[in-house]
Amino acid sequence: MTQTVHTNAQAPSASVPPYQPAPAPQAKLLSLGNIVSLLVLALLIAIPIFSEGFFVFQMTQMLVYATAVLGLNLLTGINGQFSLGHSAFYAIGAYTCAILVELGGVNYMLTIPIAGVVAFVFGFLFAFPALRLEGIYLALATFALAVATPQLLKLNAISDWTGGVQGIVMFQETFDVPVPFGLPMDPGTWTFYLTLFVFAVVYVLALALVRSRTGRAMMAIRDNPIAARSMGISLPYYKATAFGVSALVTGIAGALNAIVIKFVAPDSFTFIFAVLILVGMVIGGVGWLQGCLIGGLAMLYFPNIAEVFDDIVLWVANIGGFADALPSGNEMQQQFIRLSGVIYGVILVLIIYLAPSGAGGLLRAIAGRIKRLLS
Amino acid sequence: MSAILKVENLEASYGELRVLRGINFEVERGGVTTLLGANGAGKSTTLRALCGMIQRSGKIMFDDRDVSRMPTEDIVRIGVAHIPEGRGTFSTLTTEENLHLGAMARPNKKDEIESDIRKCFEFFPRLQERRNQQAGTLSGGEQQMLAIARALMLRPKLMLLDEPSFGLAPLVTRQIFDILADLNKETGTSMLVVEQNASLALELADHAYLIETGSIVMSGEADAIREDESVRASYLGY
Amino acid sequence: MELFLQQVVSGISTGAIYACMALSVVMIYQAIHHLNFAQGEMAMFSTYIAWQMMAWGFAWWIAFPVTIIVSFMGGFAIERVVFKPIQNAPVLSHIVVFIALFSIFNSLAGFIWDFTIKSVASPFGEGPFMGSTLLGKHQAGMIAVTILMLVMLWAFFQFTRVGLAMRAAAVNPESARLVGIRVETMTALGWGMASAIGAVAGILIAPVVFLEPNMMLSILLYGFAGAVLGGLTSPLGAVIGGFLVGIVENLAGTYLGGIGAELKLSIALALIIIVLVVKPEGLFGRKIVQRV
Repeated sequence: MTQTVHTNAQAPSASVPPYQPAPAPQAKLLSLGNIVSLLVLALLIAIPIFSEGFFVFQMTQMLVYATAVLGLNLLTGINGQFSLGHSAFYAIGAYTCAILVELGGVNYMLTIPIAGVVAFVFGFLFAFPALRLEGIYLALATFALAVATPQLLKLNAISDWTGGVQGIVMFQETFDVPVPFGLPMDPGTWTFYLTLFVFAVVYVLALALVRSRTGRAMMAIRDNPIAARSMGISLPYYKATAFGVSALVTGIAGALNAIVIKFVAPDSFTFIFAVLILVGMVIGGVGWLQGCLIGGLAMLYFPNIAEVFDDIVLWVANIGGFADALPSGNEMQQQFIRLSGVIYGVILVLIIYLAPSGAGGLLRAIAGRIKRLLS
Repeated sequence: MSAILKVENLEASYGELRVLRGINFEVERGGVTTLLGANGAGKSTTLRALCGMIQRSGKIMFDDRDVSRMPTEDIVRIGVAHIPEGRGTFSTLTTEENLHLGAMARPNKKDEIESDIRKCFEFFPRLQERRNQQAGTLSGGEQQMLAIARALMLRPKLMLLDEPSFGLAPLVTRQIFDILADLNKETGTSMLVVEQNASLALELADHAYLIETGSIVMSGEADAIREDESVRASYLGY
Repeated sequence: MELFLQQVVSGISTGAIYACMALSVVMIYQAIHHLNFAQGEMAMFSTYIAWQMMAWGFAWWIAFPVTIIVSFMGGFAIERVVFKPIQNAPVLSHIVVFIALFSIFNSLAGFIWDFTIKSVASPFGEGPFMGSTLLGKHQAGMIAVTILMLVMLWAFFQFTRVGLAMRAAAVNPESARLVGIRVETMTALGWGMASAIGAVAGILIAPVVFLEPNMMLSILLYGFAGAVLGGLTSPLGAVIGGFLVGIVENLAGTYLGGIGAELKLSIALALIIIVLVVKPEGLFGRKIVQRV
């Protein structure tokens, strides 16, 4: 080696700053993120005060979905594994809750953590074959799981517990979710607050997990499995754990869903539902746990997207003054509803093209823009 | 003699990282030019940029045509055969299929192609023995022969060779370079060779350029370069 | 023993459905190294096109080739229009777009042709095949067409220049470009061929299961199972795999009693997971080399 080569070889490295470990996330109490989180929390708490009935029910449902999105995002966003089969873990949570409440006489609130544990066990076990699968193969295995789930739930041999095709109607004696401690609220409001509480706890724990040693190991595996392994991170252990934790959170969402709907049946847990969770995650932002509320909203409104679309067209038509040229309102809405799958698909494709990192990516881009403008 | 390849101010980058910082060089018609340089200097990148395999800018004239915006497939079709680093064999296809693929950019004249394959087999009898074997099962030297033969099937005007000695035993490397010299003499195909083994490359080449961190730092007749003190010290090792 | 043989033969005749589907799964896998989750819906849509033409009064020997050509062009166009912009995007983006296509075709078929069940006549006719009690004429026809397609595909890939170019593009896209092959065109051709094969599968399946927008989801799962079992890199393997899945399904239904019949989809699930874990290259496939 001569001097020329040496100086040249060193030239680029001089411009690279010396390696510094990423700063540990500081527990600043008044960071922007915390302020926004608290605002959102306050807003959520206020919902039943300012509205009632159906909207509160919808928001409860949204929180349930957000929990499921959070669960899937822990697997895909944090650990880089795919699943088209999370409807299965959701179903396990829901059925665990329903069976314990109806056949075991267990308090429904107690069934929520139990459902999580049961789902964790199933997720952890499913992870073992799934461990050896990557990318599209894992998608295939979980796709098969999702397609087979309703049939498994209908199985005659277990129909004494699961109720077979009919499923299980819950709270048959009390007709509604019993409100505990003599709280002065109607069951709808109570389920909302219960769901919000569970969601908030799960969310905080999930963030804590991601910031922990385990979370960092999971992300290292996502970013570069080979490098992670060479740093001594056990791939099977962390991948199975990620699968288990993800199933746990999704199972809790399933249990909440059973309590909110007061009913479980095999055909609620189809492949289409697994896809819906995936879509919620993609819209919220893969790897951005905070996006789960946006994902929950998307899951809530996406199936009704045709109506939203119809409203938009009517609105535009009214402004543009060509409303008379459209078919009568009801007829047009029917057409849109029948086309909802198409609208749904096109929106998905557009998201992938235009905002592949979902709402999280968009928000970050906007925040970056603003920061640059300010400085 | 005119230049078959003339490169002006070629720049290329991998994402944010700029690898070539505006280089100029030529390959003479029927001549052999070599690019020398250390690992990571930008030699392979130069070849990849020439063929449009990575983002590039600058002017590339091949056979008096501007190819600087042409996609890879079209550059191949007008007679540039690129033998990539690691040889780029179609490992699950047979030797003979690999040769057929070499002629993919030529008009589909069965007789001509068959006769060219026979010529390749005459030139590389080893390949004939292995004609129905999967290319991935060939030895390193055989795969390099196959890569050269496949390039010849194009009847190229210019061959770009990226590290022909890569992973080969010294004896085999010597054999490959002898073959290249013969080919150049017999067919008059112009060649641009990128090589770590500078002394072998300088034997084969008539012109040489020295690349360091993306820029050309020296150029000239191969003999003159070989005599240069600094080159001798840093690349030839004597 | 007689019961066993009987079940094997009838397994083969159901297996013909899966074999067809598996063949189109393998075709797309070869071209893009992905599994198209919308493959079944695309086949279903093609089948509707054929049904519509026959409903308009065209004879099947006009409707079928036209449908196959339209499907080929449709598959080609989908690759060019939908997938080209995301060719370098991560796997998840592809999966989401497959799901989007799934939703679009499913909904569009329901919108155009509504969700009522339609019956499609078999071009091979009804009734038993050569007096056999085990095999219907249609089943025999299906098996024949599947095998014919397999032979044609083999010949195409083995003896034609385009077939060779497609194989090369699948094995090593970068080198393929360096010998002048237009890799993107080859990929789109792969899509076209997969969707044409899917159309054949759909048309053959429709007389057995009835035509409706949701007919394909479970068949696709069996198709995947067949393709994985036989090996995703081997068209012949996929066809054999499809037949095997049919046989396993029938035997389970016979010998496991009620549970076997109830667990049909789970058998596919179990097959997929077991094969992927124990022998990911399948029975006849090449080892899948994980590129790092």
